[in-house]
Amino acid sequence: MKTADRNWYKQRLTGIMFCVMLAFAVLIARLFHLQVLEGEEFRRLSENNCVRRHSIDAPRGLIFDRRGRLLVDNRPSFDLSIILRDAGPVSRTIEKLARYAGVPAGELRTKIRGESSYKQILLRRDIGRDALAVIEAHKFDLPGVIVETRQKRHYIRKESAAHITGYLGEINSDELGKMKNLYRAGDFVGKFGVEKAFESSLRGKRGGRQVEVNARGQVVRVMGSEDARPGHNIYLTIDQELQKKTESLIEGVAASAVAMEPSTGHILAMASNPSFDPNAFVNGMSHEEWNGIISNPFRPMENKAIQGEYPPASAYKIVTSVAGLEERVIDENTSYFCPGYYQYGDRIFRCWKKTGHGTCNVVKALAVSCDVFFYQVGQKLGVDRLAKYAKLFGLGSLTGIRLDNEDAGLIPTSAWKKRHLGVPWQGGETLSVAIGQGYNLATPLQMLVLTAAVFNGGTLCRPRILRDAETAEGEKIVHEGEKETGQLRVRKRTMNIVRRGLWEVVNSGRGTAKIARVNGIRIWGKTGTAQVISRKKNDTGRRKNRSLFSKAHAWFVAYAKTTKAEDHQIAVSVIVEHGEHGSGTAAPIAREMIKYYMGLPDSADDSARSHGAGSEG
Amino acid sequence: MPDRRFVQKIDWGLLGLVFTLGALGLTTLYSAVTAGADVSQTLCLRQFIWYCAGLLLMVISVLFDYKMLERWSHVIYCICVLLLICVLLFGKFVGGSRRWLAFGPVSVQPSEMIKIAVVIVLARYYSKLVSVRGFTLRELSVPMIVTGIPFALIAKQPDLGTAMVVLLIASSVTLFVKIERRSLACLFSVCTVSIPIVWFCLKEYQRVRILTFLNPDRDPMGSGYHIIQSKIAIGSGVVFGRGFRKGTQNALSFLPEQHTDFIFSVLAEESGFVGSLLLLLIFLLLIIWGLNIAHGCREPFGTILAVGVTAMIFWQVFINIGMVMGLMPVVGVPLPFISYGGSSVITMMICVGILLNVSMRRFTIE
Repeated sequence: MKTADRNWYKQRLTGIMFCVMLAFAVLIARLFHLQVLEGEEFRRLSENNCVRRHSIDAPRGLIFDRRGRLLVDNRPSFDLSIILRDAGPVSRTIEKLARYAGVPAGELRTKIRGESSYKQILLRRDIGRDALAVIEAHKFDLPGVIVETRQKRHYIRKESAAHITGYLGEINSDELGKMKNLYRAGDFVGKFGVEKAFESSLRGKRGGRQVEVNARGQVVRVMGSEDARPGHNIYLTIDQELQKKTESLIEGVAASAVAMEPSTGHILAMASNPSFDPNAFVNGMSHEEWNGIISNPFRPMENKAIQGEYPPASAYKIVTSVAGLEERVIDENTSYFCPGYYQYGDRIFRCWKKTGHGTCNVVKALAVSCDVFFYQVGQKLGVDRLAKYAKLFGLGSLTGIRLDNEDAGLIPTSAWKKRHLGVPWQGGETLSVAIGQGYNLATPLQMLVLTAAVFNGGTLCRPRILRDAETAEGEKIVHEGEKETGQLRVRKRTMNIVRRGLWEVVNSGRGTAKIARVNGIRIWGKTGTAQVISRKKNDTGRRKNRSLFSKAHAWFVAYAKTTKAEDHQIAVSVIVEHGEHGSGTAAPIAREMIKYYMGLPDSADDSARSHGAGSEG
Repeated sequence: MPDRRFVQKIDWGLLGLVFTLGALGLTTLYSAVTAGADVSQTLCLRQFIWYCAGLLLMVISVLFDYKMLERWSHVIYCICVLLLICVLLFGKFVGGSRRWLAFGPVSVQPSEMIKIAVVIVLARYYSKLVSVRGFTLRELSVPMIVTGIPFALIAKQPDLGTAMVVLLIASSVTLFVKIERRSLACLFSVCTVSIPIVWFCLKEYQRVRILTFLNPDRDPMGSGYHIIQSKIAIGSGVVFGRGFRKGTQNALSFLPEQHTDFIFSVLAEESGFVGSLLLLLIFLLLIIWGLNIAHGCREPFGTILAVGVTAMIFWQVFINIGMVMGLMPVVGVPLPFISYGGSSVITMMICVGILLNVSMRRFTIE
């Protein structure tokens, strides 16, 4: 093999040198072409600075309910802007514009102060058709003034389902910094609810044109363009009719009601009262309006179904029953006698019924919601075994619904208390926990998932709000997420016993929610009354302060199916803040929702609101 | 050690060229940042500090014998690859890609450093096996892996431009040491066959992205707009330019990244054809100088090292200037010595240091 000598290297280097020379020749030729041959043309273009970018907004995707009823669409909005460079003499143009548009000239002047003369400055959004007509008519008198038709979000149903659809707001500098290539200052982005959760599907893609303009800012040549791509239309799992019905049922009280298809996790209705009008966020609202919303003690901006954390109260007895049966602390026939109280150490824990329930097994205890029975089950289980089952049911963790700000609630354990409060767990606290009081906190949606799991074979569904989406051309887009978040490994027998208890709650003479019984529909349920005042006062069994905010919250969770069609089923969870008794206020709401969903006529007498029709603790 | 003879051996011509470029770079940067409203004026000072740091590193890389690099090549390469992996794991997200690694207040781009590391490793490998026959495919497998790893890591960031530069540098060095004729034909045919196949396998949006990359006019709102503005800036310089700090395109912030990738447009608008041509000729002289150092070196490692380092300078100059003039896809490749950016300046100064080193020690034979 011949070795590479200096001559060989020289030959190789010469080759490279040749290539380099050629490359530089190309660069120099191009430079010559740009600067010498076409230089004058480019200088002309630069002098007038007449190449501009015009942006074309993408129409935002529409939002429909599960049956294709339109919930949210876009309305045209006429936005007034100016390019100062084209608007000379500026002061005269501004004065005329103020007169035509009916806007104080001072307001316009503050908008343009200190702005670059080449930039398009937004003067006013949504000037209205009348002002538009006047400005268009005087267009030649108003150099540099631009009226752009942009899309404005319109929430057709106003307050209805506002917590689900959410609203748009002007993009802030944080969001802009994070996604600079997608948005521009002044754009509207989803800030809450579905608008935020599905922002990336809804927004579409902005298009644009590269144009050459003349000295008056008018387009003389389009140099290149790219179409805007509309956002995807979204179909929610919500049934707008049921949603409206639900909202009318909880009108006037601070409450939340959620309904779900137990087999799929599709949310059929999710109402939270009081609500708000999302249009106010798009149109801009006054200080007073905003203050009115945030100072409302019933928290209109909160979606109580996922953000409201309440003690699950007696509805939690479902968990205590399952835990007791599974851990074989009790069986179907285990009975305890309820004299109306239970003595633990030197403390007396009362049953909600002072006279007591007599001898109860687990089915009767669920039906009459006997506290004493569950105190004893809880005591035998201990707090940590209870917590294990509560967590298996999904309590204490997010349900995974694709909405913002969901709260996880709280399931206490002895380790948790030691860590957070620094003191060991007290045996008596277990008794409160066993009946869903104490540190326990759950959202209505968590209780709904729990209830559904009792009836769908132990599947913890992941609640879904999005049925599917499609492109503007109608092409379906599948949004497959995981359908379930867990599977309860519980004996069939256990579930059967618990279901029997829940059946008796509604359908037996002694049940706490007889009021929820409906002919032609099979309904299971559980009431709950969540104490809001501290446990100490609770123990005295006597409420000193009966003002509204000390009244207990009323719970009702239910599952129903028609006697005819097996697959027509629904799970419902209702909470009425300070509604006092689950049976009196919450259960009738759930009943009406179920009836409406199953297509039964409204009951003539509106006993839904009558308090004291039944009572439990 | 720096005695009289040492000073005499320094390649003052090369140093002179580099200082000229540095001075031109700082003045253009000064114009770019003071005229445009968007960019902080402290950039100039920072760039000056980067130059000083680069100078220090250049002096250090001259002090020891460049043959040390041959011994340490694997260590250098491995450290750079590790840094690239770190970028993917912990790097800062800027504009949709991870390219930066933060060390306290300074951020570095390991993708700049890896270019030198690849050159050193390749120089070592090729210098041991170089022959008149050229390299066969089997012998080329090691260089392919050595280049492929950083290429993949950089493309993953994603920074396709820099990844391509690494590939181009490696290819240039390989072509310099010669590929055996049949292997070359084989490589060539594999490429021509595989390109359509790969194209066919790509998804639609990936094809669109590549087409836009190759032809910015397809994206009139993004890179297409930048290129037309850059062409307007360069063209409007005409023969003699508008004069220092009189560039309008720059002043109105129509140029994107006028202090980094598009700095040549600023210079071309202000100094016209005469000034731009001068800059191009200085770069050409620098590259010829580098190749001359390669020619003067008496042993293969030094020669190949010098060629590789020169190829690095050449490709970045060619791609950057080609890009701003609309001859090439829009990729984020800085203009050596001129663009703002610490990693770029320091890497380039180290390159010069290596060239100086080879030039001084060309007569010493192992």
